[in-house]
Amino acid sequence: MTDISQLALSILTAVPLFGAVMVMVLNPGCRHYSKRWSLGFSLVATFGALLICYGFEPGKEGFQFEEEYLWLKNPVVYYHLGVDGISIVFLLLTALIIPFSIALSKSPDSNPNLYFSLLLLLQCGLTGTFTALNFFHWFLFWEASLIPAFFLVRLWGGRQRAATAGTFFVFTMVGSIAMLVSFLALYFALGTFEFNELAEFGRQGLLTEAISQHVEIAGLSANKLSVLVFSGVFLGVAVKIPLVPFHSWLPDTYTQAPTPVTIVLTGVMSKMGVYGMIRLLLPIFPGQIRILQDVLLGLAVLTIVYGAFAALQQTDLKKMLAYSSINHLGYCALGIFASVTVVGTEVHWITEKASALNGVVLQCFSHGITASALFFMVWILESRKGAGRKLGGFSGLRSKAPVFCGLCGVAAFASLGLPGLSSFVGEFLIFKGAFSLAPTAALLSIPGLLVTAVFLLRFFQITFCGPCPAESNHFADLNSKEILTAVPLMALIVILGVFPDILIRLINPKAIEIIAHLAP
Amino acid sequence: MLAWTIYLTFIGAVALLLLPISVRAVRFTALATALAGLLISVIEAILYHAIAFQEPMQIIVRKDWIPDLGIEYLLQYDGISLVLVLLNGIIAVSGILFSWNIRHREKEFFSLFLILIGAVYGVFLSFDAFLLLVFYEIAIIPKYFLIAIWGSTRKEYGAMKLVLYSMIGGGMIFFGIVAAYAASGGQTFNLEVLAKFEYPLLFQMIMFPILFVGFAVLAGLWPFHSWAPTGHVAAPTGASMLLAGVIMKIGAYGALRVAMTFFPLGLDYWRGPLSVMALIGIVYGACNALVQKDFKFVIGYSSVNHMGFVLLGMLTLHEIGVSGAVLQMFSHGILSGLLFAVAGTMVYERTGTRELDHLSRMMLSRKIPFVAVIFTLTGFASMGLPGFSGFVAELQILIGVWSAFPWMAIVAAIGILIGVAYNLRTMQTVFFTEPSPDHVMEMPGSSVISLPEKLGACLLISVSLVVGLYPRILLDLIYPSLHTPMMKALIEGGGH
Repeated sequence: MTDISQLALSILTAVPLFGAVMVMVLNPGCRHYSKRWSLGFSLVATFGALLICYGFEPGKEGFQFEEEYLWLKNPVVYYHLGVDGISIVFLLLTALIIPFSIALSKSPDSNPNLYFSLLLLLQCGLTGTFTALNFFHWFLFWEASLIPAFFLVRLWGGRQRAATAGTFFVFTMVGSIAMLVSFLALYFALGTFEFNELAEFGRQGLLTEAISQHVEIAGLSANKLSVLVFSGVFLGVAVKIPLVPFHSWLPDTYTQAPTPVTIVLTGVMSKMGVYGMIRLLLPIFPGQIRILQDVLLGLAVLTIVYGAFAALQQTDLKKMLAYSSINHLGYCALGIFASVTVVGTEVHWITEKASALNGVVLQCFSHGITASALFFMVWILESRKGAGRKLGGFSGLRSKAPVFCGLCGVAAFASLGLPGLSSFVGEFLIFKGAFSLAPTAALLSIPGLLVTAVFLLRFFQITFCGPCPAESNHFADLNSKEILTAVPLMALIVILGVFPDILIRLINPKAIEIIAHLAP
Repeated sequence: MLAWTIYLTFIGAVALLLLPISVRAVRFTALATALAGLLISVIEAILYHAIAFQEPMQIIVRKDWIPDLGIEYLLQYDGISLVLVLLNGIIAVSGILFSWNIRHREKEFFSLFLILIGAVYGVFLSFDAFLLLVFYEIAIIPKYFLIAIWGSTRKEYGAMKLVLYSMIGGGMIFFGIVAAYAASGGQTFNLEVLAKFEYPLLFQMIMFPILFVGFAVLAGLWPFHSWAPTGHVAAPTGASMLLAGVIMKIGAYGALRVAMTFFPLGLDYWRGPLSVMALIGIVYGACNALVQKDFKFVIGYSSVNHMGFVLLGMLTLHEIGVSGAVLQMFSHGILSGLLFAVAGTMVYERTGTRELDHLSRMMLSRKIPFVAVIFTLTGFASMGLPGFSGFVAELQILIGVWSAFPWMAIVAAIGILIGVAYNLRTMQTVFFTEPSPDHVMEMPGSSVISLPEKLGACLLISVSLVVGLYPRILLDLIYPSLHTPMMKALIEGGGH
């Protein structure tokens, strides 16, 4: 057992990769096999993630299931994997959403093998990103997950897929390269790519000094230089989340992508950005975040408010949900930046900061499942013949499809943060922390919360209430297969709302550890 | 044993000309010769791994040649040479595979091809400046004929321009080497000895740019790059692969091994302006590639872009930067070879056109999916995505650049971004455009991809992947060689 547990994370990353290769070389004659096989492989990975979760000991300091081998000597790069209480949540989310997306997908007419193997590759890339502890290694998977996503949009997207996929790729690459260049500067100044060691420099406040000793650009002062380096990394994660004003690739990409792919994009890929903030920005650059805190909190507030109001304007349901994703991830950014702002080591502050950080991770998981559930509902509307996905294209469906209406209601109410459902806990914790740490920003974000409720309720009301027009008479309710697909997510939404402790138990020790290390 | 790469290749070339054999036999003989060369270099590289750290410099042959002038027949290698020898072997094999259906004067073609390969092996292995120059000049002649006879699109112009640039470069190199020889007392042409000699400052300041630019012309240093796009475009596929794959590397290798080690003080003086030129090459090449209308011109300019990284990396004089430059030479050799194979053989022979506009109407991703996949992978590799060889190389170069000229790292990053844009644009236009029905054009050629093409493409892309995922295969060869007395002086002279 010890042998296997030492390789557990590598195996977990390799399973979907192996699956992708297998699905690719399967006989293209029988197209349904590729879906079943890929679902099988991703469920094996899910099972693996659950096993790792079972073997994980919450509260133990540092990383577990660590693997570390020398990969390159110059620059010094380690193949370094490990999970902690935070990354395991993201790992579980990946393991949950990918099989969901595969189960949902209809085998496309052209190249079903490629479609499903790209989804598995995406799972491999995401798993790798959430477990890597060395920048080189991390960046490899960060970028590797972009390629399948690009092709899924490019080859199977809507009518404007070419332009959309190109924009998506270029935006993300701009961010990635800025981040890469910044990390190379860090490597040059500090001689390491290891997240732990970089965080140690950040904690002791040596980062600025080290950078200014080694790098000189046009006579910039040490602080400005370190802020420049920080901005590169920030741009990389901000595009991925995305924060306003780096978001303009998102609405089109989410709309054009086939809905099962949108589910992966919003459910897991956007979380890569948040994870990047927690893993890179927070521990390595606390000083720089403090210098820029007003700007950063401003961006977070802007993201929240802008996302909500933009969603209110949309008539295309997918676009509405896309903007609502921007809005929801804005809360995460708010929580993260708020948790750095106040300098102080009193227990009181630690509690508030840890509360915000717990909220962020919980919000990530919860947004992952609620957004996926909502996009699933849109997918159902799309796939039933009729008015497509325009707001107002359907009405009065409650009488025709009561099960569908019920599940959709749960997802919508969860998304707007109703107590008892999962999102409430995350948002509550974020705001609890933010109100004492960064009260102005928290206050300014309130309209976002309210407007979210408005557009989600409006959607629910228009679609399900009122009289049912004649053309919707044949709208079929969810069949048993669809219900079966949706049930795990729905159950989680409720369970997490009532017992958030299942996840907080994992997250909290690590959150406190990170916060304690932040203290100057 | 490594010397046999040269001899065998030349023997193969002569045998092809003299023996009365069928076309089929000609191809297989050429392939066997190239494979033998590759096999020898792979074996030597494996053997070298064991001794790299103790004895990074290995002498193969050392005989007097013209004793009166102190000229020796001296073949010697270190890890840097070995990496490039390996590259040459791989490009030779794949170049022959992609020239499999040359239909005109096959014997001469493969014979000239092998002469070129042999001479390049010679350049990488010579440690006597005179011998190096001899091999360098031998390499120029076949280039002219390969382009002028088997080429396309203004082939005489392209061939002549290339030869004139090479000759002028060769002249400058000759002048520089003889000057160094005379200034050091006229005893020897041995590179190591000449590098150790301390030339007067003024002499170095004048001679360094002559020698460096003489070599760097072939490496596509802006503004002396203009032979590259026209030459690449005019050349037949096999020859484009050699040009971009190894000939440009001769230039970069010579600049590093000869010019920079000879005149460190001159280097110090000229380092700033030269690295700005390299930087301009990066951005200029990328911008040009972004707006070309001809498939091969895109790749031609992308070579200027990538070679700019090589030159910039060398000029950082930082251990990691220089090793990145060597790795980038290897990586660019592999990838540009593959890109030219796609544009020149796999696409052009089937479509009869290289106009991006025409190609975009043929829906090539449906008709030749194998080529689309290969080109997509190569495009990603060439834009420097992690997992492929280009990433590690560019990463190392950028670390070096942060040490030497920090602001340039930011400009170079913009160059990388434009690189992403042109690769993406080419990929989209050529393979993934969906034309409106009245614009569709038929693809005239057959959609079957032949076995040699498949083999060649898979060989190159898998080399790039292996090096990208486990770069130590090559880095363990390169690093010890940066600590030989010859290179160490260079790296410690600058950097920090």
